[in-house]
Order: sequence, then C-alpha cells, then structure tokens
Amino acid sequence: MANLSSNLLFAAFILYLVAIPFFGGAIKQKNGSKEQKSPNKWANIAIFLTIIGFIAQLGYFITRWMAAGHAPLSNLFEYTTFFGMCLVAAFILIYFLYKTPILGLFVLPVALLIIAYASMFPRELSPLIPALQSYWLQIHVSTVALGEAILAVSFGAALIYLVKSVDQSKRSKKTVWLEVVMFSIVSVIGFIVVTTTFSLMDYKATYNWIDKNQIESTLEYNMPALVGPHQGELVETGKFEPIIEVPAIVNAKKLNTVIWSLLAGVLLYLLIRLILRKRIGAALQPLTKNIKLDLVDEISYRSVLIGFPVFTLGGLVFAMIWAQIAWTRFWGWDPKEVWALITWLFYAAFLHLRLSKGWHGEKSAWLAVIGFAIIMFNLIAVNLVIAGLHSYAGS
Amino acid sequence: MKEVKCECGHVNPHGTVLCESCGIPLIEEKTREKLLDMRYEGSARRSQTYNKTIIDKIWNFFSSVKVGVWLIVITLIASALGTIFPQEMYIPPVMPAVEYYEDQYGWLGKMYYELGFHNLYSSWWYLVLIASIGISLVICSLDRVVPLYRALKKQRVTRHESFLKRQRLFGITQVENKDIPFDGVIENLKKKRYSIREENGNILAEKGRFSRWGPYVNHVGLIIFLIGGMLRFVPGMYIDDVLWIREGETKVIPETNGQYYLENKEFTLEVYDKDHEVFDEALSNSGMVAKNYQSDVVLYKRADNSVAGEEAKLDQVKEFSIRVNEPLKFEGYALYQVEYKLDELSTMSFHLTNKETNEQFGKISVDLNEPETKYDLGNGYSVEVMSYFPDFEFNSEGQPATKSRIPNNPAFVFNMITPDKPDGEISFVAIQQTIEPFEDNEYKMAFAGIETKDVSGLTVRKDLTLWIFAVGGFLFMVGVAQGAYWNHRRIWIQRRDQEIWIAGHTNKNWHGIKREIKEILEGSGINEPDDLIKETEDK
Repeated sequence: MANLSSNLLFAAFILYLVAIPFFGGAIKQKNGSKEQKSPNKWANIAIFLTIIGFIAQLGYFITRWMAAGHAPLSNLFEYTTFFGMCLVAAFILIYFLYKTPILGLFVLPVALLIIAYASMFPRELSPLIPALQSYWLQIHVSTVALGEAILAVSFGAALIYLVKSVDQSKRSKKTVWLEVVMFSIVSVIGFIVVTTTFSLMDYKATYNWIDKNQIESTLEYNMPALVGPHQGELVETGKFEPIIEVPAIVNAKKLNTVIWSLLAGVLLYLLIRLILRKRIGAALQPLTKNIKLDLVDEISYRSVLIGFPVFTLGGLVFAMIWAQIAWTRFWGWDPKEVWALITWLFYAAFLHLRLSKGWHGEKSAWLAVIGFAIIMFNLIAVNLVIAGLHSYAGS
Repeated sequence: MKEVKCECGHVNPHGTVLCESCGIPLIEEKTREKLLDMRYEGSARRSQTYNKTIIDKIWNFFSSVKVGVWLIVITLIASALGTIFPQEMYIPPVMPAVEYYEDQYGWLGKMYYELGFHNLYSSWWYLVLIASIGISLVICSLDRVVPLYRALKKQRVTRHESFLKRQRLFGITQVENKDIPFDGVIENLKKKRYSIREENGNILAEKGRFSRWGPYVNHVGLIIFLIGGMLRFVPGMYIDDVLWIREGETKVIPETNGQYYLENKEFTLEVYDKDHEVFDEALSNSGMVAKNYQSDVVLYKRADNSVAGEEAKLDQVKEFSIRVNEPLKFEGYALYQVEYKLDELSTMSFHLTNKETNEQFGKISVDLNEPETKYDLGNGYSVEVMSYFPDFEFNSEGQPATKSRIPNNPAFVFNMITPDKPDGEISFVAIQQTIEPFEDNEYKMAFAGIETKDVSGLTVRKDLTLWIFAVGGFLFMVGVAQGAYWNHRRIWIQRRDQEIWIAGHTNKNWHGIKREIKEILEGSGINEPDDLIKETEDK
C-alpha cells in the first residue's frame, strides 16, 4: 500500500509536468487570432492531464491514509504535499470559473516545485505522537492547507499581472523586485537539485562539535560543509573541510543547506539569464500578451476573497478549538500561532486597502506576492528555524 | 445642521454626496467626474461631515481605514518581532530570563530582553495596539453602516440620468417603440434570483444586498472576541493551575473551593513498538516515540454532610482516563494531561541490623511523602525518625538541608532503640552514605529496597469566557462569508424617449455581473452595457 502510494504521487508529479507545456501551447495557439469563446484543443488536453494528475495525487493521499491508519498530514512532507495538491485543486476550480490556460502555466510549476520541495524531507510513514491523535488533525490541517492554496492562486494571478504590466524596456525598481521573485523560485529549484544530487551520491560527513550548552555532540551533514559547526571536527577522512565555522547558537547544518541552495540558485539564475539574454520577467512577458489585466486582477482578488475565510476557519478557528483541547488553551503565542495571525492580519489589510483605498491592479498584485511570501515563510522558516510547539512538523 | 433637499424632492442628511433617493450628485465637484464613487453609496458619513470638536477629531481619526490599516500593519510587525526568540513562557526554567537571553543569544538576546520583547504580547504597548484596533473597528463600522443602511433603504427605482451615466456599466439602446415590454428581461432576472421593483415602467433589479452587511457583522464578531479577551482579567473568569498528583494519592483539586477531589490510580506512558510493521523505518530513525500519556483517575465530590475541619467524606463522581486530547470535564472545569514524572521515590525500607552479627531485628518502610515519627519493631526494638530531608543537600553553611519537598534524594537521622541501648544510637542515613556522629554504633539501618511511583502533572482549567470567544468567532465567520461569497448587484433599466438606458453596479466581481447581464438581456433587443473602466484602459 505504501509503495502504491508513492508511485501514485510520482505519477501525479509527471502528469503535472507534462500538462505545463500543453498550457503553454494553449496560449501560443491564440496568437494572432481573435479572442476565442471556448478554450482550444491544447487547453483541453492540458486541463485533462491536470485533472488526471490530481486524481492520482488524491489516490496517493487515500492510500497513504490507509497504510498509516491516520490522515497523512502529520509532518512537513505530508503537509507540503497536501498543500501542493490543494493548490492544483484550487487552480482547477478557478480554471473552470475563468477559463484561463495561462494561469496553469504559472500556478502548476509552483505546485510542482512545492511537491518536489516536500519530497526533500523524510518520507517514511511515521506514527502519531499523543498530541496529534485527534480527529482535529485532519480538520485543522486540511482546512489550513486549502485556505493557503487558494491564497496561493492569487499569487499566481498576481505574477501574471506583474509580468504583463511591468515595463521591461528599462531597468527599474519594479523589474528588480520582479526578478527577486523569479530568483526565489529558481532558488527552490536550486535547493531541490542540490539536495537530490548529494543524496544520490549518498554524501555523509560526521562532525564532533560543541553545542550552545557546551556539550559535545555529533552532527551528520548530507552536503559538503561550506559552513562548519562550532569547534567542529571531521570524524571521517577525505571529506570536504568547512570553509568557515559559525557560533554554537547558529544551526550550522541548516545554514549550510541554505547557502548551497542559494549558490545553486544564483548559478541557475545566471545560466538562465545567459541563455535568455534578458530578464526572466521580460522573457515571460510575451506569454501574457493575450490575457486582460483586469481579468487577472479579478482572479487574484477573488482568490483572496475565497481563500481568506477558509484560511481563517482552518488556521485560526479550528486551530483554536484544537489548541483548547490538546494544549489546554486556545491561544498561547506559539510562533506558528503568531504567524497564522500575521498571515491573517496581512490579508485583512489587503482587503481593506482594496475595498476602501482603491488599491487595485499593480499595487494589489504586489500585495498578493507579499502575502504568498508570508505563507512560504510560515511553511519553511517557522517550521525549520523557529519551531516551537509545532516542531514535529519540522522533522 | 441643515438638511439638503434634492431636486427630486427627497430630503437628505447634511453631508450627503449622492441623493439617497435619485442618486444625483449633490456636491459640485462630483458632477464633473466621469464615474461616481459608489463606496458607501455617497451617503453622509459623520467623519466626512464634521471636524470641529475634539470628539469629531478623535472620531475622524479612528474612522479612517488608512489608520485602521496602519494599526493592522504595526501589530503585524510587532507580532513578528515576538517570534525572533522564544517568549519567556517557553524558555526552559534553568536560569532567570535576564541571564537566559544573553547566555543563549548573546548581545542580541540581551537587547531583546531589555526591550521587553521576551514578554511582548502582554506588554502595555501591544495591548494598546489591540485596543486601538478594537476602537477603530467600532468607529469605522458605525461611521459607515448607519448611512449606508439609510441610503440603500431610501433608494428609488427611477434614478437621475447623471447617476446612471456615471455607473461603471452603462449603455443606451435606440429603440423604435419605447414601450416595448420588459417581460422577457424580468423573467430572466427572476430566474437569477433578483428582486424586482418597478416604477413608471422602469426597473430596479437587486440581489445580495445582505452581503453589504458582511463586514459589519464580522466586525461585531471581532469586537465580541476582544471583549472576551478583556473579561479574562476579571477574577474568577479564568483559572490556570497545576496539580501534581502521585499514583495512589487523593488530593483536593485546587480552585474548586475544596469541593472536588481527585485520586490518581495509575499513570501510563506507552511508546510505539520498535518492530512496528508500518512505522519501523521512522522509528529506527527517530528513536523512541511516545504513543500515549494517560492518568487513570477517580473524581470525587465532597459530601454535603462533611463537617468542616474533619476529613472530608467523598462521593465518587466518575472514573476517567485523562489522555492528551481527552481532558476530564466537570462543572466548567477541565483537567488536562500535560506533564508526568516517572519513578519518583515513594518508600524506602531498612533493616535494623547488628553490625557484627548481621542479625536483623525487623524492617521499616518509610513513606517518603509522609514518614512516621516512630516505627515500633517489637521486643524492645524501635526506630525514631529524628529528622527527614526529602531532597537532601549540604547548605552553604555545611549543614544538612532540603532543597524541596520532593523526595529526590532522601536522607534521615534515625535513632535506633534496642534493649541493650535503650537511649538509642544515632545514625545519619542518605543514599550511598551513612554517617555515625559518635562512630561507635553497634547497630545500623541496612538499606532494604525502594519503591517508586509515577506522578501525573495535570493542568486545572476553568474558562468562563470561552463561550464569548465562540460567539465572536462564529459571528466573524458568518460575516466574512457573507461579505466574501455573495455580491450585491443592482441593474437599472429605464425608458427615456426613444432610448432604453441600462446601468449596472456590483460591490465586487465585475466579471460575474457582466456575464449575468449578458444572459439576462439575451433576445430582449437591449444592448449590453459597456464597461467604462475597461474602455479607458484599452485606450
């Protein structure tokens, strides 16, 4: 059962991957011709593949649930994969509302990256600790993931808006920030490439080091250590010696991974720039030729409107109910709770700016990008760096 | 203040921008704009009208959405600051906070502590921020909801042409016969669940007006939620206490006025079996994983006929297994499994032994939590406990002392009374160590074994404010769904000479209303209205 489950996830991944070029084809076809009433053949194939992929991933989810005996929402791999699945589901929904293949071209790669990112974490079935043994696990976690996924669609639409509207004829603050967004996406690819490469090479290096409580401990690296732990000594011979050493309060291993990912990201980004001979934003701009700005603006705004209540329900209301049952109090200023509040406050500000201050179009698109950055920060940094009570999610 | 009489005859409150009834712009500048600002229907908002007294100024400050957004953003940033390092309540109790932050995080940690960020969420300025958001919620809502309600209630079917012309969706269709019937259109509108009002052959179709109240409903929910937060500071509304209870012990539950008692029958810690079929890989990677923390308890209520001062008579209420996620609830109280301590020493036994012959004269078992003062072994043999140190240490003066009441390291001063030594011999006994003050004892207390018990750490919770939070949260969700998932749409169709005028307005989702109008007008001979914003954009 567990094997079948992994195979289904892999199948879903491949199907999404194949669907992307078809969405690309769907846009190309429209070139020159008048606005078509119904989506063309390419778009139909693309959305069909996406739906099959989604069904495969649903199969992964169900079989994994059966194998483990609990909803596969209990660690970082399972949550992030489910988040990717919700993103695809939200995209399919929005696609049928607005019939916009270009959204697939932007949202599906993001979903793919999220699923690939998830696979970099331990994937084995793990048992539930007592705090997680509650039916609120599936209620709370799935609603949060769905809410965040719908909000992420608004990021996809916002990105299309910005790629189309930002003037690429000369360098400006906007083009730079848009490239920062592109670079962040490329860095995720960098992280995936680096992690996969070293894991295929089965790289291992063990260090004896002194932790912040002055206790000697060991640390196993799975990537060559550019950054070594505090007073670290390599156990094996013939492995890469760290270039610099960090103080004990810094998690050297995680910092090392971040540096590797960024290095790979920079390299990849430069390579892409070299091939394209222009900004990534500029290279993508022709794809957005036939989409109307007010339509993507509306998709972005509507996604926030649909996603905000769902997120509130899952991330705050259900979260509070479960916290009251499991942790004796519904609110305790745990970092994850605080970041859920921050996400909520941010989108509340977004809606007020839009409704009352008339922040439409480009301003609203930048806000949607920032909102997604907060969600990603909550997913990545809060789980891996700040931890707290939700730390089981970081394993 | 004087009221404004519109040319249509309707009397509007002072400060009205668009006539509540016919929609004509009442303020000079508005007549020159291409599109009307339809927010709040151009109604007379207090904040836009008065700005003289100090109350006006405060009102205007808090009624501004700009101020509201700033408050939200500042709160957001402040909240994020509090997650850089753990809050004081989450640091391990190994050393005082003042040392901990500097020790762990260096000068940054020291600064964090000095700025009070280690208790950020209960700092006065954070509470002021939250309170300001609360005030802003109340004033913003009142400033808008009352005039908006008036304007939507007073609106007439036939609107002034300058109102229709300045709607975002607007179109004119030339017709031969201006009296062509609207039956088909009305039929279609009804199918789309519009409620229709007619006046002199003109139509106002409207639906989803209640979605306009969504923001105010959710704001009311938030205010109730914040009131719940304030009520926590009222004594008695919120109880947070800890009950450490050993296996076999019966203790009064704190904060219940001595009415409830709890007996701990057994504490169990289960871990996952290493050879688990499904989880073996994960378990071999992560080591021991807890499966269950459980305290089997019995809840008792003090009997009514108990006499004060005497030992309470207890009536059993129920038996229960308290587990994580499964608290024991009774009478508004809840007991949660939160901590435990395995194998705490509970009894220690000794044999009174002759040092030379090793002959034993009886065994004493000392209950480490309630030791007796004298143990009689018969035949003239007995042992007195002269001093007891449950958590023994030598204090700074080199004297024996106890660190706490918990028997972590018990030590005793025994007086061994035997027939041949009727005055007794004194012996100091601690774990792995015996001291004889006079160094010539004939007898000793030989260690004969220990028994241990687990201890359950339970949180005692009573929270009378919970239902207020529940009501607030529920109202918020209703309001936010109401505002987000429904749209307020209006379509005006009017006859003017040889023309049919049509205008449409929605509070959001323009794409949707355009599609809907297209379907409604199908086969009616009326042209679809143009989107004036899109036209300007295309140019």
